[in-house]
Amino acid sequence: MEIDLSQFSQVFFEESLEGIDVMESELLNLDVNNPDEEAINTIFRAAHSIKGGSATFGFSQVANYTHLLETLLDEIRDGRRQMTNEHQDMLLLSVDLLRNMFDALMRKIDFDDPLLAQLEKQFTIEIAKGTKEAAPEEPDSSNDTLVEQEATGLLHWAIDFQAGIDILRCGNDPYLMFNELRQLGELSVSLAEHSSPEFNDIDPEACYLNWRLELITDQPLERLKEVFEWVEDECTINYSSSPASDDNSERDDELPNIEPDEATIPQEQQGSETVLSQLESNKVDEAQELKPKAVSQAKTPETSSIRVSIDKIDLLINMVGELVITQAMLGQIGQQDEIDEESLISLKQGLEQLATHTRDLQESVMQIRMLPISFAFNRFPRLVRDIGQQLGKKVNLVLKGEDTELDKTVMEKIVDPMVHLVRNSLDHGLETPEERLAKGKSEVGTITLNAFHQGGSIIIEIIDDGAGLDTDRILRKAREKGLVGQEEELSTEAIHKLIFKPGFSTADAVSDLSGRGVGMDVVRRNINELNGSIELKSTQDKGSRFTIRLPLTLAILDGQLIRVGRHIYVVPLVSIHESLQVEPNKINRLSDGHELIQLRNEYLPVIKVYQEFCHTSDAKEIKDGLVMVVDSNNEKIGLLVDELLSQQQVVIKSLEDNYNRVPGVSGATILGDGTVALIIDVTGLVSMAGITNMKEHAA
Amino acid sequence: MKKILAVDDSASMRQMVCFTLKTAGFDVTEACNGDEALKVAQQGEYDLVISDVNMPIMDGLTLIRNLRTLPNYKFTPLLMLTTESGTEKKQEGRSAGATGWIVKPFNPDQLLATVRKVLG
Repeated sequence: MEIDLSQFSQVFFEESLEGIDVMESELLNLDVNNPDEEAINTIFRAAHSIKGGSATFGFSQVANYTHLLETLLDEIRDGRRQMTNEHQDMLLLSVDLLRNMFDALMRKIDFDDPLLAQLEKQFTIEIAKGTKEAAPEEPDSSNDTLVEQEATGLLHWAIDFQAGIDILRCGNDPYLMFNELRQLGELSVSLAEHSSPEFNDIDPEACYLNWRLELITDQPLERLKEVFEWVEDECTINYSSSPASDDNSERDDELPNIEPDEATIPQEQQGSETVLSQLESNKVDEAQELKPKAVSQAKTPETSSIRVSIDKIDLLINMVGELVITQAMLGQIGQQDEIDEESLISLKQGLEQLATHTRDLQESVMQIRMLPISFAFNRFPRLVRDIGQQLGKKVNLVLKGEDTELDKTVMEKIVDPMVHLVRNSLDHGLETPEERLAKGKSEVGTITLNAFHQGGSIIIEIIDDGAGLDTDRILRKAREKGLVGQEEELSTEAIHKLIFKPGFSTADAVSDLSGRGVGMDVVRRNINELNGSIELKSTQDKGSRFTIRLPLTLAILDGQLIRVGRHIYVVPLVSIHESLQVEPNKINRLSDGHELIQLRNEYLPVIKVYQEFCHTSDAKEIKDGLVMVVDSNNEKIGLLVDELLSQQQVVIKSLEDNYNRVPGVSGATILGDGTVALIIDVTGLVSMAGITNMKEHAA
Repeated sequence: MKKILAVDDSASMRQMVCFTLKTAGFDVTEACNGDEALKVAQQGEYDLVISDVNMPIMDGLTLIRNLRTLPNYKFTPLLMLTTESGTEKKQEGRSAGATGWIVKPFNPDQLLATVRKVLG
């Protein structure tokens, strides 16, 4: 039967990557000196499944490598070998290596990393060091010679088969075995002498029979033994052979004449090692075959998939059902020629239901893309462990709110900024154990990752109990770089905000970890691009807390519709503080043409939206229109608009995909009446307006 | 049509086994661990159970041991899928009540040959 195994590859890749993640997290949680049995079992199972699958689906490189892992883990599991820190490190390196191997497999390119050979060697040496019983199985080769010796011309075999008493109870059926033998040659079966117990003592489920089987075949003994392979330990089977009467070949002297398929059948059955080595020998050819293809296929985009629980799907189907019912109800009203009062009421009811169902449906569809944030958090134990070791710092990582759900795309994009922040905390935040003890703190530092929902947003906090920000050093650096005037005094809060400025990095020497020039400004920009914001609170010697606020999804936005002239724009609701009419005496004009308004005890720059987008508007001056106070990079700023319209959820359509990137605009949406409204990118608008240092303006 | 219950925690292996057997005209039901398989097996009568050995929650050997205690599965062929070519695991399987084993990696043809061997 021709079955294309490659159709199962994608599922295999996905489950293997999940297995690798499990291995990693279990390894990280493992107490090497006293490993938890179930944890070792879980790690073993993951390696074992990957090995089995990769061998089945023909990924021999992975199969060979995971075989080594599996062997070592099996010995640890059985208690034949004591787990060591070295094992843990080797296994963790293997986790990385396997991820890269799978990445290469998915992109259909060759995997060629010197680390593979190096680790393979390390594992082989380690395994060889250990228990003697783990020696590679050699009987295979002796079997081969047996095959060669026995495979000759036609032989007359006499097989005495004494079935074990329990053979039937294991689901084995002698009749089926005889049938299999019959396919190998000419078979005659006769019942041999046997001893059954007294009638009253007969167990109806037991087998008391013996048989004599006579078979004329050209098949080797190994093939015959294979028929009884499953029962050979509990049955007594004697084989004897003589040349078949019509065959005069002198088999002891002659070299065997093996047909190709005769030789391959038993070999294939000998188990994974043999097949693996066969795959190994094919590897070179495969690799060469693949190479020319690899160039063209390297760019094949990987289809990313998402696992959704049945509950969510059921809910969705339920919603659609409701929607169909509502549609039917509305359809009925639509068929009436005239609408009387009664049907008007049911029309309104129907529309209300439609609104409810649409909202529910939308929510459930959104739910599908939601994944628990543990997917993002899970990589941090490893990161913290590795970097902590590298820096000689003792760190305890605490994860909270791992079940908090977040859109898959948002999650993918927030990981890098989080990694940066955690690295920063490790590198600059936490002190060395000595420093901590000197400060009277516990020598083990704590980094906490916390996630929770607040309103329509998700909040992610990265908290450390380290040294906190060194305000003097930051201010000194900012003055050196000309970001702050020499005489200018700033509040602590303002100093903290300096670290988000482009080009600001306090690291005196660029270290391997953080402080490589890509600074916090990139982190902030990445988060802003997700319509999110980041805040920082820090107390010297107590620690720092970064708070990231993100929308739950990128597909839908809670928006405030505004009118500028005859154009309608959408402003993300999250960034709006308030809207007000400004009295003329609260408006100040600066020498560079920018205008400020006084709001309570703050001065805010105002951007005239109509000017930036070149529209004609009703309100040319601040006093004639409305000022909407919005947030841009944690600074308040006013937008002059003509009118506030409704608030509504809008579906975000990418402008870039459909048209071009437009400054000051983050996307577009289609309103209820079919018109297109652009979504304002507040931060972009601020830079368009040329307001670079708002504090300077305000001062 | 013969009914087969295929048990494996690996979705790809499960898919492969089921696809192969369905293509060959068997009626196949899936389960992803021993515990689930035991429940499924009790609800229907299967002519053959093929089970992986290493699985979470309930492993394949425990499944086989449990199945053998059920009147319906006293004589039913129960095959285990194992990567261990060593005799130890096979012995363990035999004493648990397994009819036989299929050694991984196997190709669809080998799987079918073994299945036909026990189903006649």
